[in-house]
Amino acid sequence: MNLEKKIERLTLLLRIDGELDMHTAHTLRQAIDNEIEKRGIRTVILNLQDVQFVDSSGLGVILGRYKKLLPLGGKLKITNVPPHIYKIMELSGLPKIISFYQDEAHAYEEGRGA
Amino acid sequence: MKSNQITLTFSSIAENVSIARLLIASIGGQLDLSLNDIEELKVAVSEAVSNAIIHGYKSNPDNIVYLNLEITKDSLIIVVRDKGCGISDVEQAMQPAFSTDPERMGLGFVFMQSFMDELQVDSKLEVGTTVTMKKHLKQTPISSH
Repeated sequence: MNLEKKIERLTLLLRIDGELDMHTAHTLRQAIDNEIEKRGIRTVILNLQDVQFVDSSGLGVILGRYKKLLPLGGKLKITNVPPHIYKIMELSGLPKIISFYQDEAHAYEEGRGA
Repeated sequence: MKSNQITLTFSSIAENVSIARLLIASIGGQLDLSLNDIEELKVAVSEAVSNAIIHGYKSNPDNIVYLNLEITKDSLIIVVRDKGCGISDVEQAMQPAFSTDPERMGLGFVFMQSFMDELQVDSKLEVGTTVTMKKHLKQTPISSH
């Protein structure tokens, strides 16, 4: 799994390339938690365009980051989800909890205006 | 469909989960399954193998996970076995959202159940767990190949 990181003020954008399973979940968790703890990041945008695979370990890390950000007043946003990945996410109920956006621009847009 | 059998034994390390997925994906390709079916098989195998490593062996890397694939005339049978700690209450473990770890979603068995036609879990404390999953194969009388 490759992670491309972009930080703008208190927003972390991660473009994830690869497979999200129990092996890579750990790396993703650390990458996000580090930024939340050290830089005070409050909005995390995950671009899943190049994610080829996800299972419950991968979904668990995403849900875990959402739960971590919530009491901090933060937000987790997901963009560019490929259809086969969305199907798995839908079955898990994740889209009922976490906000999905068609692209990064929409994810940045929402909540910025205020 | 020609019958076939493949057994893969591997160390209980996270890196090997993707190898188990690769194997099921290429078998799925040989069976002419749809991309969607192959994707679902990959998730089911990933969940079963992850469970064996994380729960069966409590993430101790010095153990062996056994993956057996069997293709019969009308089905693909996937067996994932560990000689780990076993599950004390299989019925409870199979409930959606049941997880012993708050970071995990407790969806492993839900995915296996949704993506496979049959799922059977046999477990004995301190002996191990065997997950047997079956996918019915459609009979294709005429092959275009």
